[in-house]
Amino acid sequence: MEQLNSTSSPARKKRPKFVQKIFDFFSSLYNIHLFILRFFREAFVPPFEFKEIVRQCYEVGVRSFTLITVTGFIVGFIFTKQSRPSLVEFGAQSWIPKLVSIAIMRALAPLVTALIASGKVGSSIGAELSSMRVTEQIDAMEVSGTKPFKFLVCTRVLATTITIPILATYTGFIALIGGYLNVAQNEGTSYSAFMEEVFKPLTFVDFNASLIKAIVFGFTIGIVGCYQGYYSNKGTEGVGKAANGAVVTAMFLVFIEEVIIVQITGNFR
Amino acid sequence: MEKPKAHIDYNNPVISIRGVAKAFEDFAVLRGIDLDLFQGENLVVLGRSGTGKSVLIKLVSGLLKPDRGTIKVLGQEVTEISDKELQELRIRIGFSFQNSALYDSMTVRKNLEFPLVRNRKSITRKEIDKAVEEVLDSVGLSQTINQMPAELSGGQRKRIGIARTLILNPEIMLYDEPTAGLDPITCTEINELINQVQQQYHTSSIIITHDLTCAKETGDRIAMLLDGQFQRVGTFKEVFDTNDERVKPFFDYNFIQ
Repeated sequence: MEQLNSTSSPARKKRPKFVQKIFDFFSSLYNIHLFILRFFREAFVPPFEFKEIVRQCYEVGVRSFTLITVTGFIVGFIFTKQSRPSLVEFGAQSWIPKLVSIAIMRALAPLVTALIASGKVGSSIGAELSSMRVTEQIDAMEVSGTKPFKFLVCTRVLATTITIPILATYTGFIALIGGYLNVAQNEGTSYSAFMEEVFKPLTFVDFNASLIKAIVFGFTIGIVGCYQGYYSNKGTEGVGKAANGAVVTAMFLVFIEEVIIVQITGNFR
Repeated sequence: MEKPKAHIDYNNPVISIRGVAKAFEDFAVLRGIDLDLFQGENLVVLGRSGTGKSVLIKLVSGLLKPDRGTIKVLGQEVTEISDKELQELRIRIGFSFQNSALYDSMTVRKNLEFPLVRNRKSITRKEIDKAVEEVLDSVGLSQTINQMPAELSGGQRKRIGIARTLILNPEIMLYDEPTAGLDPITCTEINELINQVQQQYHTSSIIITHDLTCAKETGDRIAMLLDGQFQRVGTFKEVFDTNDERVKPFFDYNFIQ
């Protein structure tokens, strides 16, 4: 098994608990950076595992499809419904499609998709790789002269990076349909008129920012899930911890990244 | 079962271990061991659970790094070679894991193909199919080719695990507890398979076990690992012809109880 610069190494020194915690934090931060560097070093060097990448893309897409469809629809519908009273108060219900589109396309679609995928895909990647570690399947790949990192990690990270932007676009579309149903219910607006209004306020920067966000979120979910699973501790407890760690860390990072990207893209508007 | 006569070259060690030590946290598992595995030999490493038997073969295959000492495998120093050289060396070593370590998400066929297609770049589809069929035939499980690992029995999984290592025609086989958790009849079948592999593929093997029947039926030499060091090394008779209180219980439990 590849050895990390972990605190569980044989040469581990005895430190006070508080110091050990700080040491652990920086140690894992360092290891994550090494993991990401290794991904970039191995992912784009032949031989490529195209079949496995396609299989993983399918897995990621199919695993989250139903949940994302339902969630996306509900987000669009509820957001429109909740926004209505305030806008009606000012006689501005004609602004609803614009408001919905800005909220969904700029923020909600990538964010909701990333959160759903963190729970569904991230945990699944963490648990799968972790159980492969526990049952020595990763070691078996290593001793047979193959590259488990390339086959297991690179393919999954690429799959989430490719698939989550596609899912985010789909979520946006479904959420708009949810929003349209609410608008149609109340104002009787036609679908084409609604869609025309929806795209009016959106600019090239909005679409790009949304796409970049989804790509970053996808990469984060993949890399966090893989890191947690690939280097999980032995035992069944490690599987649970890896799955849980993958979800919590990915969600936390997604929110942090959301803030950073919004700040950066705001400068281009 | 009578062990078939092996052709062992005692002048040609394929694995040489010298002064190897390994500790986990504060617990020293191996405390400066020396061991040779000779060409064509089946060497059984016996010892109690937790004495570092599996650690030993993980050190040999480069899955773990020793704290000190040298491990020479097929003329190469495992601790000093590059990652690429280690990867090439590993192709020449077969590792049969205690729990078989079959890839859950793949069929038996895909499990067997996995190391082959990734290590033999120019291999054709026809050659892959032939190699898979041959190796499955040699472990007597041709009918399982399209089954998933979850559908196999413990003994079948062990055999497929061995077949997956054999597909690359290794020169050295490392067996980690090959008979653990199996019924006596399946144990005998696995022991026969280990001997068959030695004869058919001309491999040299390290067999990690605490099953004395397995040791007796498969081993040309036995090495007894006690307190982090090899205390007794020799033939089965030589090792157990002793009054050493640390060794006797092994024999008594397996053959007297």
